[in-house]
Amino acid sequence: MKRIVILGAGTGGTIMANLLRRRLDPASWAITIVDRDNEHYYQPGFLFIPFGFYKKEDIVKPRSRFLPRSVEFIVSEVDKINPASNEIIFRDGSRLDYDFLIVATGADIVPSETPGMLDGWRDTIFDFYTPEGATALAEKLRTLPGGRIVIHVNETPIKCPVAPLEFAFFCDWCLRRHHRRDKIDLVYVTPLDGAFTKPVASKALGALLDEKRVQMVTDFNAERIDAAGRKIIGYDGREVPYDLLVTVPTNMGSEVIERSGLGNEFRFLPTDPNTLRSKKSENIFAIGDATDLPTSKAGSVAHFQAGILTENVIRASEGKPLKPGFDGHSNCFVESGRGKAILIDFNYDVEPLPGRFPFPVLGPMPLLKPSRVNHWGKLAFRWIYWHLLLPGRPIPFVPARMRMAGKKRPAAGAKQAKSPD
Amino acid sequence: MPKKLVGTAAVDVDDEGFLTDFSQWTRDVAVAIAKEEGIADLTPAHWKVLEFMQKEFRENGQAPSIRKLNKSGVVSTKELYDLFPGGPAKKAAKIGGMKKPEGCV
Repeated sequence: MKRIVILGAGTGGTIMANLLRRRLDPASWAITIVDRDNEHYYQPGFLFIPFGFYKKEDIVKPRSRFLPRSVEFIVSEVDKINPASNEIIFRDGSRLDYDFLIVATGADIVPSETPGMLDGWRDTIFDFYTPEGATALAEKLRTLPGGRIVIHVNETPIKCPVAPLEFAFFCDWCLRRHHRRDKIDLVYVTPLDGAFTKPVASKALGALLDEKRVQMVTDFNAERIDAAGRKIIGYDGREVPYDLLVTVPTNMGSEVIERSGLGNEFRFLPTDPNTLRSKKSENIFAIGDATDLPTSKAGSVAHFQAGILTENVIRASEGKPLKPGFDGHSNCFVESGRGKAILIDFNYDVEPLPGRFPFPVLGPMPLLKPSRVNHWGKLAFRWIYWHLLLPGRPIPFVPARMRMAGKKRPAAGAKQAKSPD
Repeated sequence: MPKKLVGTAAVDVDDEGFLTDFSQWTRDVAVAIAKEEGIADLTPAHWKVLEFMQKEFRENGQAPSIRKLNKSGVVSTKELYDLFPGGPAKKAAKIGGMKKPEGCV
């Protein structure tokens, strides 16, 4: 009997457990999935909690509910991976050997990476990337009398790179609805030179920030936070004062990766961008946020990777060459407030472009433009996530590889990246 | 792709002035771009950073992150800001003839 071990029962790990179980004969292949707890959060839902649209209970279900019966689920803390002996070593000392390992350990916020950030933690400094942080922030926003809300991205890469922009759009919308917008200034602080990494989307999203009177501070790298003085201090000497700091702290991979000596400087696993095999070990693969790949850290990416990764794990198990099938495809709904959302669809080579999705002309979803149908798409996605995506069922009309059909490249003149200098 | 004259050499650059062909880079090109970026002299400390970044770039096809520079012990982030004021990761990549750091998506 051979064994595949999947570390992490989040989006990527759960899809892989389902897809592999369907393809591999249970008589010859055991599949074991490991996580430290049995709570699966629908992470796109975190954004909605601070504004009272969802509560924590609305977006959590047991991980075990989404795993096939014939997949063994172990709830235990992992100490490390030992690639030399093909073993997982648990905190309690027990061991689990594998023939193939799939690393799906995700990414998490690490506020302790920025000096001073924890001094004001959940007092005047909040995150919305954890259920606890998003819930605490909901209470804070509800009672905030006025002042200056600074929305801050500490360092890239981060999970769901559009989430802080969505937060800014939602903030503007909710404050307007409650007639408090005039009492509050919104500021968006980013280490990037614009709203987004890619020029066309950066321009479109930057214009939207401007329209919603959100002031942008770009190329800002925080050296430390003076929580008592309520300001962020940059390496270049600039200071950004705040009354409420909503930060996306540095995102890093699992400590398991670091303890195993397998990670890069962010504890992400160096991974082949097209085959999804680890660059260091022949029998280790990776999916989702745990990789070091230059694509979004987002559930849609894990979903697009999963089919290709399944194929490659099976090929590796049969001693066949791997397929370089993954193109970096990412697809995200960006909530823009007032019941509308923007849809972006892109890959390693093609930046987010305007157009229609999934069908040219017919759409029905416009790309890179706020629309109601995109907002409904985002809300429907919670159902799709639990019922289609996690079980590894195809999502209608959305293939794993990105398609150019329906996308339009703006004329060369309009393609200028926004540059501060 | 625009051509640009830096010092005495013509190099291919993108819209933001990053070299698109690393093989066109020379130390003279670096000195000329550094001047445009407001760095009058490239000191041994600058060269140490540039050489480390280029080694990484040759191996990975990507300029390293500020975090990696800091962690590798080559230069602290504070020193990096002193050497390449403003946006050091981008500025150093430009001077070193590397493409713009992606900062990921």
